[in-house]
Amino acid sequence: MSEALVQSGLRVRLDQRAPIPLAVELHCAPGELLALVGPSGSGKTTLLRALAGLYRPAGGRIQCAGETWFDSDAGICLSPQRRRIGLVFQDYALFPHLSALHNVMLAMGHRPADEREARAREWLSRVRLAGLEGRYPAQLSGGQRQRVAVARALAREPRALLLDEPFSAVDQVTRRRLQRELALLRESIEIPILLVTHDLDEAAALADRLCVLHNGRSLQAASPERLFRRPASPQVARLLDKHNVFEGEIRGAGDDTCLQWGPHRLRLATPPAVRGPVHWYIPPSDVLLHRRDRPSRGERENPVSGTVSEMVVLGGITLITLSFPHTDDSLRFEIATHAARRNGLARGEAVTVSLLAAGLHLMPRSGPLQGEQDDDEPS
Amino acid sequence: MEWTALSVSLQLALATCLLLLPLGLWLGRTLATRRFRGKALCEALVALPLVMPPTVLGFYLMLAFGAEAPFGAFWQRLTGSGLNFTFSGILLASLVVNLPFAVQPIQRAFEGVPAHLREAAWCSGLSPWQTLWRIELPLVWPGVISALALTFAHTLGEFGVILMVGGAIDGETRTLAIAIYDRVQAFDESGAAVMSAMLLAVSFVTIGVVYGLARRRGGPHV
Repeated sequence: MSEALVQSGLRVRLDQRAPIPLAVELHCAPGELLALVGPSGSGKTTLLRALAGLYRPAGGRIQCAGETWFDSDAGICLSPQRRRIGLVFQDYALFPHLSALHNVMLAMGHRPADEREARAREWLSRVRLAGLEGRYPAQLSGGQRQRVAVARALAREPRALLLDEPFSAVDQVTRRRLQRELALLRESIEIPILLVTHDLDEAAALADRLCVLHNGRSLQAASPERLFRRPASPQVARLLDKHNVFEGEIRGAGDDTCLQWGPHRLRLATPPAVRGPVHWYIPPSDVLLHRRDRPSRGERENPVSGTVSEMVVLGGITLITLSFPHTDDSLRFEIATHAARRNGLARGEAVTVSLLAAGLHLMPRSGPLQGEQDDDEPS
Repeated sequence: MEWTALSVSLQLALATCLLLLPLGLWLGRTLATRRFRGKALCEALVALPLVMPPTVLGFYLMLAFGAEAPFGAFWQRLTGSGLNFTFSGILLASLVVNLPFAVQPIQRAFEGVPAHLREAAWCSGLSPWQTLWRIELPLVWPGVISALALTFAHTLGEFGVILMVGGAIDGETRTLAIAIYDRVQAFDESGAAVMSAMLLAVSFVTIGVVYGLARRRGGPHV
């Protein structure tokens, strides 16, 4: 990413101990969609409110499109009116006494009065609400209200778009449709977009990058693919609902270097940057079950044997949990239900799996690896 | 029919409404949206006239309005005339008595406006004044109407406080409610009946008009 592009995006550094702890550093390039994920109370909404100017943090700096919105050292804190942001609230916060058209027109104070109606109609038709301009919020469905809120936020012609859990108040079918519409809409928007969500699947599907927040701290920002395969720490892995985190030790040197996990010497795809005790993680997709009837090529790669301690059938997918004699930690992976049946898998059965070297990800016991904290190039 | 008394009553009710409207809006909104030290005390003071016997409240006001009391003396210096037994006196008393009727419905209405709406208005570029005018006031309108209707009707019927502060000076402090009482004391029941019917009609029409107005302005979102 060029320096100029970074300058024109949204750069945020917030630092505060109380009343709500914040230690956030992130940036979002124009046209990029950055999802803020984390459990309830992790500071996602507070961060969004600070960006919008609705909450004044104790320290830090917020810059957008070359403008400083907030700088605690310089005593700068622009009002929400002067920040030119589009904010879609979780409950949409539509003005109930105004029609959809007037809700959108109200955000167009920066345009000449005679232009506003035509442009508001344009925005409403872009979010597929043509013909419903005269309806009041109470006369619209949840999905339609969300679209009005998005149109109102964009009609302001904002320098950044902030979305606070915009899909949480609608049913599953509507959610899918609205997510698709947002994905289409963002192709034509060249501003930074921040999406607050607690739904990891939604974040992974919509965002270019995810920023993991916990207790007001930004722990890691990376593309979904990278984040899910290479979490910076066991804590990030846990927050992303990733189970397969274990303790091990790097031993040997040169080509002989391996990851010692109990009695197993696991081969690594690349020479590790760390030595000694480590945490390691393997994505479920990189765990390969050995077929009993027909051995396959990958089976020579890091074979480990364990006992099936849990099998959960979820339709076509079966979640398998393996336990091992040398550790209390268990390994989870999933296979097609028909494959589980064909292999005669059952609780208590002994099975062998391969832990693919390319999937093994090392995390030092103390703090993240160098260069893993914020590998935030948009994919 | 004592038209002078009716005129005093109507003037008093209108003036009370007009003066309490901005005060009620400011106080009601502040109590609904701000957190500050002594808020509970402030709310208790506003509500106090509701629970005090009118004669007791009237008695204290009469004392406060006297030329020896600091407030009465201040008023005397400011305007050159006293407060007891004057229209200004009963108007001031009426403002105090009606404070809860004006503030509480407006406060409840402002409390019903989600904080998100104000914030959404700011994020849409509206200044705090524009937000008040274009978002908040249209939404609290029914509460404002209720406040005005209650204040108007209550002022027309107020008796104890007015009598204590203003006495019954014709054309100055003798309201219709006091005139009715005088007629009953003089065994003129038919005169009292005519004026009572008039007060009933005026109160009913006022309430009817303002509630009709509130419903119409409420729009389809209500």
